[in-house]
Amino acid sequence: MSLDIIVCVKRVPDTETRVRFSDGARMIDSEGVKYIVSPYDEFALEAAFRTTEAGGEGKVTVITLGGEESLETLRVALAAGADAAVLLRVRGSVTMDGLATAKTLAAELKTREEPLVLFGVKAGDDDQQQVGPMVATLLGRPCASSVTSFEVHEGTVRCEREVEGGTEVVELDLPAVVTLTKGAFELRYASLKGIMAAKRKPLEVKDADLPEARLTVERLDYPPERAEGRIVGEGVEAVPELVRLLRDEANVL
Amino acid sequence: MGDVLAIAEQKDGKIRSVANEVVTVAAAVAEGLGGSAHALVLGGDGVGEHAGELGTFGAEVVRVGEEAALESHVPEIHAAVIAEVVASHDYTAVLFAATAVGKDLAPRVAALVDAPLASDVTHLEVNGGRLVGIRPIYGGKLMARIGFETSPAVVSLRPNAFGADGSPASGRVEPFTPAIPDEVRTRVVDFRSAEAGAVDVSEATVIVSGGRGMRGAENWGLLEDLRNALGPGTALGASRAVVDAGWRPHSEQVGQTGKTVAPRLYFAVGISGAVQHLAGMRTSQTIVAINKDPDAPIFSVADYGIVGDVFEVLPRLTSEIAALRAEG
Ligand SMILES: Cc1cc2nc3c(=O)[nH]c(=O)nc-3n(C[C@H](O)[C@H](O)[C@H](O)COP(=O)(O)OP(=O)(O)OC[C@H]3O[C@@H](n4cnc5c(N)ncnc54)[C@H](O)[C@@H]3O)c2cc1C
Ligand SMILES: Nc1ncnc2c1ncn2[C@@H]1O[C@H](COP(=O)(O)O)[C@@H](O)[C@H]1O
Repeated sequence: MSLDIIVCVKRVPDTETRVRFSDGARMIDSEGVKYIVSPYDEFALEAAFRTTEAGGEGKVTVITLGGEESLETLRVALAAGADAAVLLRVRGSVTMDGLATAKTLAAELKTREEPLVLFGVKAGDDDQQQVGPMVATLLGRPCASSVTSFEVHEGTVRCEREVEGGTEVVELDLPAVVTLTKGAFELRYASLKGIMAAKRKPLEVKDADLPEARLTVERLDYPPERAEGRIVGEGVEAVPELVRLLRDEANVL
Repeated sequence: MGDVLAIAEQKDGKIRSVANEVVTVAAAVAEGLGGSAHALVLGGDGVGEHAGELGTFGAEVVRVGEEAALESHVPEIHAAVIAEVVASHDYTAVLFAATAVGKDLAPRVAALVDAPLASDVTHLEVNGGRLVGIRPIYGGKLMARIGFETSPAVVSLRPNAFGADGSPASGRVEPFTPAIPDEVRTRVVDFRSAEAGAVDVSEATVIVSGGRGMRGAENWGLLEDLRNALGPGTALGASRAVVDAGWRPHSEQVGQTGKTVAPRLYFAVGISGAVQHLAGMRTSQTIVAINKDPDAPIFSVADYGIVGDVFEVLPRLTSEIAALRAEG
């Protein structure tokens, strides 16, 4: 089975980056921050490539909602193998209100024909884990979340989901939405040829309206420092003291 | 106004203990808002049998929808029924547990009732008459204080981050007949359970996690022995290096691209403590690290550490803990 696929990707700070905010600010300081394609979105992209390759045809289109800087994220996806890209350009920045993001993405998706839309299970910045199922609900399409792998059949997509206590297999009627968690695949590296070819692929920029956020970040803080820990000792001799501390001091045994 | 709805998750017809936490938080928040806490239980026949017990944790009303179609978790059906209950009353907040099921349902319900959602919240309070939450972002590197501009607010609560507070009381059970959507385009066709009796990391109160320092899948018996000594409710976890090497399944991975956990006790065994691993476990109550490298970053978050070889330390630790538990 071959079909056209959309992958929604987000530009987020590299997981290794130290994120800081300037005093009193509600947003992080982007100074010196390296940005990447959100890790789960990379899994979704690779899953899309494998599906279209196995089918022998079918196009992969990547969509992102963000500022002008998100063009860079789309170029990375094009270089890795996506066929086309769309930037839904917003003034200012996207917010933590995932429903606002979902409404804007859904409005674009409504105008398109692709029967399968892939998301990362959660974005590496806000960790909200919500945009995919929200978009599906707004479009009235079935959705499977936390999927590790899927297969497209005539009119359906069969997904393996990671759930508590095991693996669930669900079948969705197409058109459908799937959110990807880490499966067996890592995003391929962009080849030099891919990078060159990316320059000639269609990259569309559309101005988009983002509804006002109804969930607002009032303040950012660093997480509470964990109380200074201690090295109980070295080697096997330290074990009885560790067990005593766990029982009498930490009260966890 | 001011009423709060707690979605009480069930599994195999039994209300899960995580629901007690959600109801406890709902009751505390409702009190601050001058309203009362309601709980919602959905499932197949008999699921409502013990529903009144949620009153112990502060639910004044327990709404129970029993229907064969709700027995298995078809998210389209559950979300539609929950949304209908949310729309039937003026709730200020709707609370889910941020479990696999809750994280799947909450966004669908939020979209159906057109309400914003804050996921995986670790603190929720009423401040100046308004609901305010705190949630970790950037893999736990920052904490964001969130305000809700509209009502209802949908919130999912990180399991184990809140306690469950009981006092003898019983909730008023109100059965209702859920309207089941007739067109469903999602079918659950199979379920393969993990190892029998195994506890999932996201549900465990104690976790024993192994890293590359364990050297190979064949050494996991040592971690299983420690898990067994620690008793029921203990799960095995793993670092990504271990999952990538194929020693353990991804379902056990803790961290930024794995699960986020907050157990009472977390053992990091032969794990270096990379930021992406810490992202998944730094809100654990007590952290124990065993590593032969005294400079391993895991020691900077550990409450207790032993610098040593896991192959020497683990057997002794298992036997000491087993002996302690045998004493009772
Ligand atoms: C986008 C992205 C996402 C990621 N997501 C995750 C994630 O979700 N979870 C995760 O865990 N990682 C994640 N990682 C990987 C992470 O950066 C680390 O590579 C990984 O956590 C390392 O695993 P480890 O601690 O088991 O291995 P290592 O870093 O190799 O550490 C092994 C440790 O074992 C110790 N050791 C060795 N032998 C012994 C012995 N005999 N006795 C005692 N100690 C011993 C060593 O001193 C060392 O500290 C991610 C990385 C990226 C880039
Ligand atoms: N601004 C955005 N543009 C495109 N896709 C997005 C955006 N924000 C979130 N997504 C998608 O939704 C997924 C889940 O994001 P979240 O619900 O914010 O954790 C991400 O992995 C992306 O696939």
